[in-house]
Amino acid sequence: MQRLDYLKESPSQTAGPYVHIGLTPNKLGNDGIYPVDLGESPVSDGAKGRPITIIGTVRDGAGMILRDALIESWQADADGIFPGHDPRGKADPNVSGWARIIADFDSGEWMLKTIMPGRVPFHDGRPMAPHVSLWVVARGINLGLQTRIYFEGEDNESCPVLQRIEHRDRVRTLIAKRTGDGEYRFDIVLQGENETVFFDL
Amino acid sequence: MTPSKTLDGNSHDSGPLFFRDRDWHPAAYTPGYKTSMTRAPHRALVALSSTLSEQTGPAFGHDMIGERDNNLIVNFTGQPAIGERIIMHGRVLDENGRGIPDVLVEIWQANAGGRYRHKKDGYLAPLDPNFGGCGRTISGPDGSYEFLTVRPGAYPWPNHVNNWRPMHIHVSVFGTGFGQRLITQMYFEGDPLIAKCPIVNTIGQQKAIEALVAPLDMNRAIPMDCLAYRFDIVLRGRRQSFFENRKEGM
Repeated sequence: MQRLDYLKESPSQTAGPYVHIGLTPNKLGNDGIYPVDLGESPVSDGAKGRPITIIGTVRDGAGMILRDALIESWQADADGIFPGHDPRGKADPNVSGWARIIADFDSGEWMLKTIMPGRVPFHDGRPMAPHVSLWVVARGINLGLQTRIYFEGEDNESCPVLQRIEHRDRVRTLIAKRTGDGEYRFDIVLQGENETVFFDL
Repeated sequence: MTPSKTLDGNSHDSGPLFFRDRDWHPAAYTPGYKTSMTRAPHRALVALSSTLSEQTGPAFGHDMIGERDNNLIVNFTGQPAIGERIIMHGRVLDENGRGIPDVLVEIWQANAGGRYRHKKDGYLAPLDPNFGGCGRTISGPDGSYEFLTVRPGAYPWPNHVNNWRPMHIHVSVFGTGFGQRLITQMYFEGDPLIAKCPIVNTIGQQKAIEALVAPLDMNRAIPMDCLAYRFDIVLRGRRQSFFENRKEGM
């Protein structure tokens, strides 16, 4: 038989408790190496779309808030086009789409200020509901967890990705709650009751 | 499947991602590594083919990288750090074996004595005043990258009573799609602590562990200057055929 000569993906390892040294050195206080930390904001002034702020925490299976979590977010612009390599065209030049967010060292709360993303097509062309993709790493997480923030008040019922979640009562774990005008709350629960849906995408 | 050529030169930037082999990666729940016990989801992951949200990802320009960003020996104060001088180099590849150009590689590590410059690290080994412990670079046209640094020391950590991490460098890498995002750790050839480490052993297969152990690379060492270790990083591949992923089909 011939051999399939694909390489294997490098196996993941935990980011560990000191991930900030490498990825957010200025926020840690190790300034002077890089002028600014990367991923400060996914949008710059003049970005089209509705400004939104999302605040949340990451909790473990014992209900403890993680203070060493790092989250990265990725989203489309207001028209649903991704910056960079989107084959459908060029995105809003004021949207980079990507942010790197750390939990506050004391409270464990994290915050993302961005714009409401537009709808992006699923494989079959049906629009997915507006969402922000998240990748969560921390001490004790061996492989980064993929999840998505959807938004209360948007048309989430028709989203082909949310429709694929068999346990319907779990869909709500992906929908950020409106707490004010353009303000949302999204708490991530790693394990146990109200466990957030994580994806293999 | 013809992975070697694309018609438009960049269609590999947006094709569907190969599925992750989650038996090759560490499981989420690995009791030997105690912190994983309360941070591992209990429910099954919801599996779907990648969508545009995972197939696209952030792009970084070479212009954002400072001249000394990949030189950890001098990038903190300008004065040289203490320790065994090494080059860490390799290529960022996908599972098709293609180098991935223009992607961000970031590393962080302890100093030569095993001490991290982090307010949460209380290990009694001293800080090196000239060592910060982070570096970054962007891969070249063939996916190649390199860092100059000092070899990190082993250090103890509170897991079981007498656990010590092997010498290691944390590696964070981007592909061209957000679904390729990966953080891992590089270990050093011959380190006897590798086999004893609960974090290493979250990986079930010996072959997968070996994929994280960098061999000594004497061909890249510089005489009377520094040794070298080679570490290739492999990210998820992308499917491409004439029947999917055509630009006009989007």
